[in-house]
Amino acid sequence: MASFKPTKIQVYPKLGEKVTQDTLYWKNYKAPVQIKEFGAVTSIDFSPVTPHNFAVTAFTRIHIYGPFSQEPVKSFTRFKDTAYCGRFRSDGQLLVAGCEDSVVRLFDVSGKVALRLFKGHTKAVHLTDFTSDRYQILTGSDDYTCRLWDIPNATELTTYTEHTDYIRCGVTSKLNRDLFITGSYDHTVKLFDARVEKSVITMDHGQPVESVLLYPSEGLLVSAGGRHVKVWDLLKGGQPLVSLKNHHKTVTSLALSSNGQRLLSASLDRHVKVYNTTNYKVVHNFDYAASILSLGLAPDDASIVVGMTNSILSIKHRKNQEDSKEIAGQQRRRPSYRVFVKGKNYVPKQDDYLVSKPVKEHLAKYDKQLQRFNVSKALDTALGTYIRFRKPEITVAVIKELDRRGTLKNALAGRDERGLSQLLNFIIGNLVDARFTPVLVTAAEMILDIYQSVIGQSPVVDRQLLRLQDLVKREIEFQKDLLEVLGMLDTMFASSLPRKEVPCSGHFEKERCKF
Amino acid sequence: MVEHGDIRVVHCGGSKINFRDPVITHDSRFLLCASGEAVKVFSTSTEECIHELRGHTGLVTGVLLRPSNHLQVYSSSLDGTLRLWDFTDGILIKTCVIGYPIYSFYASDKHENVIFIVASMPSDKRRFQLVAVHLPQSGDQMVEAQELSAVLSGVNPNPAAIAFGRGGEFIASVNDLQWSLEGGWNTFTCVACHPKDDCIATGHEDGKIRLWRNFNHKKEYTYSTLHWHHSTVSSLCFTPEGTNLLSGGVESVLVQWRYNQESERDFLPRLGGAITHITVSPDGSLFCTSHSDNKITIIQSCVKVSAVIQGLVKGDIRTDLMMDPRSKALVLNGKPGHLQFYSLQRDKLLYNLDIVQQEYIHESGLQQFEVVKAAFDASGSWLATVEERHQKAAELELNLKLWAFDEQTQSFVLNTTISAPHDAQITAMCFCQPTDSQTTLLVSTSKDGHFKAWQLAAPAHTEDEGPSWLCDFVSAYHGLVPECCSFSADGSLLAVVFQEVVTVWSPSTWELLTTLSQPPGAVSDLCFGRLSCSKYLLGTTASNLLCWNLLTCSLEWTTSMDVRRLVADPLSENMAAFCYQSGSTDLFVFKPSEPRPLFSHKAVCSGKVTQAVFAPREEMLESCEESSQWLNRSQLYFLTQQMDLMTFTTKAEEDRLLASSKQVSSSHWFSMTPFYLLLGKHRQQQQEHQDSDSSLWAERTALPQTSASMKELLQTPAHVLPSTSYLCSMFVQSLLISVSDARSEKAHAEEEMESEKEEEDSEEEMESSRSKPELAAAAATESDTPALTKAQARELRRVRKLDHSWLAGLLDS
Repeated sequence: MASFKPTKIQVYPKLGEKVTQDTLYWKNYKAPVQIKEFGAVTSIDFSPVTPHNFAVTAFTRIHIYGPFSQEPVKSFTRFKDTAYCGRFRSDGQLLVAGCEDSVVRLFDVSGKVALRLFKGHTKAVHLTDFTSDRYQILTGSDDYTCRLWDIPNATELTTYTEHTDYIRCGVTSKLNRDLFITGSYDHTVKLFDARVEKSVITMDHGQPVESVLLYPSEGLLVSAGGRHVKVWDLLKGGQPLVSLKNHHKTVTSLALSSNGQRLLSASLDRHVKVYNTTNYKVVHNFDYAASILSLGLAPDDASIVVGMTNSILSIKHRKNQEDSKEIAGQQRRRPSYRVFVKGKNYVPKQDDYLVSKPVKEHLAKYDKQLQRFNVSKALDTALGTYIRFRKPEITVAVIKELDRRGTLKNALAGRDERGLSQLLNFIIGNLVDARFTPVLVTAAEMILDIYQSVIGQSPVVDRQLLRLQDLVKREIEFQKDLLEVLGMLDTMFASSLPRKEVPCSGHFEKERCKF
Repeated sequence: MVEHGDIRVVHCGGSKINFRDPVITHDSRFLLCASGEAVKVFSTSTEECIHELRGHTGLVTGVLLRPSNHLQVYSSSLDGTLRLWDFTDGILIKTCVIGYPIYSFYASDKHENVIFIVASMPSDKRRFQLVAVHLPQSGDQMVEAQELSAVLSGVNPNPAAIAFGRGGEFIASVNDLQWSLEGGWNTFTCVACHPKDDCIATGHEDGKIRLWRNFNHKKEYTYSTLHWHHSTVSSLCFTPEGTNLLSGGVESVLVQWRYNQESERDFLPRLGGAITHITVSPDGSLFCTSHSDNKITIIQSCVKVSAVIQGLVKGDIRTDLMMDPRSKALVLNGKPGHLQFYSLQRDKLLYNLDIVQQEYIHESGLQQFEVVKAAFDASGSWLATVEERHQKAAELELNLKLWAFDEQTQSFVLNTTISAPHDAQITAMCFCQPTDSQTTLLVSTSKDGHFKAWQLAAPAHTEDEGPSWLCDFVSAYHGLVPECCSFSADGSLLAVVFQEVVTVWSPSTWELLTTLSQPPGAVSDLCFGRLSCSKYLLGTTASNLLCWNLLTCSLEWTTSMDVRRLVADPLSENMAAFCYQSGSTDLFVFKPSEPRPLFSHKAVCSGKVTQAVFAPREEMLESCEESSQWLNRSQLYFLTQQMDLMTFTTKAEEDRLLASSKQVSSSHWFSMTPFYLLLGKHRQQQQEHQDSDSSLWAERTALPQTSASMKELLQTPAHVLPSTSYLCSMFVQSLLISVSDARSEKAHAEEEMESEKEEEDSEEEMESSRSKPELAAAAATESDTPALTKAQARELRRVRKLDHSWLAGLLDS
């Protein structure tokens, strides 16, 4: 005696993006904390030492935020004009920032007033950074020059005037105190060595360079400018390795995930894209409300901070693993849980005799009705509010099963106005879903056959029938249009395909089919 | 059966077991049922077939226990004989020649030595009569029944249409259209009589059961109606005490009605196919139902299915015959929505694989999902199946399912379901067979003019689900309908037939390499040569058998014959072509490279052969005759138009089979496992030894006959043997030269004495003062109590030793 085989609910492939390991990782952030700044957020820099505070440069202020509070733990407000590029030193003690008024200021993180002022640039300074020996500062300015300064004396050491346009980005080497890289609006990225007078390597990016980034190994350099993100191999003398074009507006900022496996790029098109650094494929994508100017990633990816043109700073903190698990576990446990698990986790001893209990198989409500051949009730159950709206595939599967049993007509017949309008509502809602169309068309035809004698008696049903008619008409039009487009595409493809001579006159078409 | 030199065509297993109602013996241990030309005896507990009672030369039409001796059974057959068997030993006791084909027969307690048979009327072959046969009392094996007397004419040949009431006091018979018992307005289908009461139950085509009473008085009969079945009641049966009435029909629900309280009923649903027969064991403890899908279900007192005896289902074979490469079982579609795996060696259904996985609705006229195509890959780790359902002319539901073999559960597990893989019916399917390649490829061709290649793709992103099958390539050729496809043995070429044109593709690049064509006539079957003949491609058209050479892309040879089926032997270069000629089918076995066929057999069977398969043998035959060499490695099975499964055997093989069957029949009824052979024989030998030892004690000539058991031990495969540690002692013992019990006892005693001596030697050093009389006394006690075990004796000695030392000390002081 075989047991009753439940109705097979067809599993339809999920539409939309596929769930990957990366998706799970990058989705595991809490809802963003949004902080309104005084102007566009142009730079975000994380302190290299714990607790990894980050400096946010926006308008004439630099705010330093802690990892938890939403209020700034510190703010530097003594700027005459818009501040740029607040950067921490590698020990997290000092902070340097450029300014629109061409003066570079050096702050103690605990103090308020600038420790040193470096004057010498003639235009706004957009790039500031500490060298790895911690005693020098690199600056780059809109006056086409980049300079090295000595911190203790506040004097200028060297000036490089190789760039022919604004210098807007740059980075110093963390391994070598003499190496630094600048990117300029003259489309070039230059690697300088402080021991020689001029640049060592020049790389042509092709667009005004907005951001540069060095890999931790410093063998690879990433530059962003225009819509492109390019990766260069420094060890091979600045050979281009990859060019990525995944944004549709200027890429403004780059960041590297802490383990170096993922590269993040932020753009004015309001997206942050995550690339796999082995194959440079986009593995994830974040959407933001406004164009992004700056991007910061905390060590261990603990938080993602994004600054936007609408002066909003968005901070996303990573979800705590234990927290999320505990909450989920608690939700599942009901008060009767202890009674339920009683004895379930008992491990039988070696010489225990196990009495196997027949597993009671659980049948869904509609299956129970189907088992008893109560076809109308089965359909009613499957049309219950929850199933109808949340899991239409179940309703459709039951209709299909009834059709297979040859009893769909019986199940559909004998309904009052309310029942019929409910049924019609479901059909109208799901008829144009390609997955359900074949089944629902059959059902709709049957309904029309059964109830054609009572058409005109109920305004509710009549209205719905008209809606159904309208829907079908629109769908047919739509399909026609689609077929036309398909035909056009086919001719285009056919003309673009290279004609290949087959030994015998064989016409063959090659198409990839997605199932 | 057609004889042809050394090689014969024989029926091969899978006969119907649901043709007539089975019989359960009095002790409920055996179930007997008619099966083709034999009666099969099954064990009700193990479902194992214990005996086949062979002897009839026609279809067996009934089995009945002999009323006077319940260890004997009668069987009737269309060959016009009644045979009496001893079913426990499987021996034919008596044959009674009637002379007319017997369609069914009955016996009753009241009429000793009388058998009622249903035979056709001499005047009109289509009308039947019930005839009483007086069995002649003689000791001969073969007797002829002379005393025949007609009882009732115009009866139904269906055995369910006649029943004997109250131990044979009256006969109830129903007829198709009219009614022997008047008053019916619906066609009767079956009848049953209450064993104690004057009550007759009849089943009708409208699903009603009527209980008739008071029929002894003319025209005063009364009846009551029971209605549960929604279509024809096909079988009715009263329990032996008459307390319950069992009924069954196409719904496959066994209904148990209480007699006199008919509103109460029990149901046992979902038994399988439609119920055709119901029988109850004589003590009423077991019910058994036969089903239309060649199955017998044994039910314990209407609550629990205790055993299922399943035969090969051969109703409507739509899939090809296939071999499962793993289990070497024949695979074909069986029950609706299932694939059956049938072991040809053991003539037993291994299991059914549920392909459709839907509740089967027992209703006639309902379109069901049917398995229409199936294919295995070379290693048997993948199975592809196609199921379809024609609802209306326009609508076709089609599912392609791919099953992976699960090592743990040893069965196929659904991996991918592709709904609507093609727009129209799938005409052919085949797996790529490369041995080295990692990827498995499946090609399906369809009537929609396309063929598609499916590939096992690793999950692109998620890791929680395993790999699944995706469409890799779609192609068509001039809008023609592809009919069949075939991969070359190394998987480097794919040939797809588009009506008259054979296209050859490269599966690695999906390039059309070449086209071959030889009009007129569409190519209907295609297959690549194997091994040394792999450069040949063979195709069949309605009038020709064609062979192309793939190296030159030209036709190598052609012969004109109407080949209906072309099969290639997977283990050799041989090909078998079944060609249809003037009403019967001929077989040719050939190598593509040789012009002369290896073997040809005219008129293998009547009608067409559309399905055939080469089954690899378990062990190679060593036939040196040229005509039968092609059967050495594999065996050819084919299905005739009448759905009979046939095969070819050589004489040598048949002789061997016969010998082994004799050996089996001589032994006891329980199953002949190698374990039994070993141990059972050994026990017998032991008994013999004991006997011989006692009788031939002095001569001692009877050396132990070790060869048989040794042979068993050495020839049985190791994995079926019990553990070596268990066998070792027995084996060693069997090698020893038999010695008398007394002698061995003596030796044993000596041994013991020796060990004692040793102990005593050590003791003696300490007990220097021990006196001799004491020793003698001790020895005396020891001899007095020979029943003491060694351990006890040792204990005793230790006690004694202690005592003595202490005593000695006392004496010294």
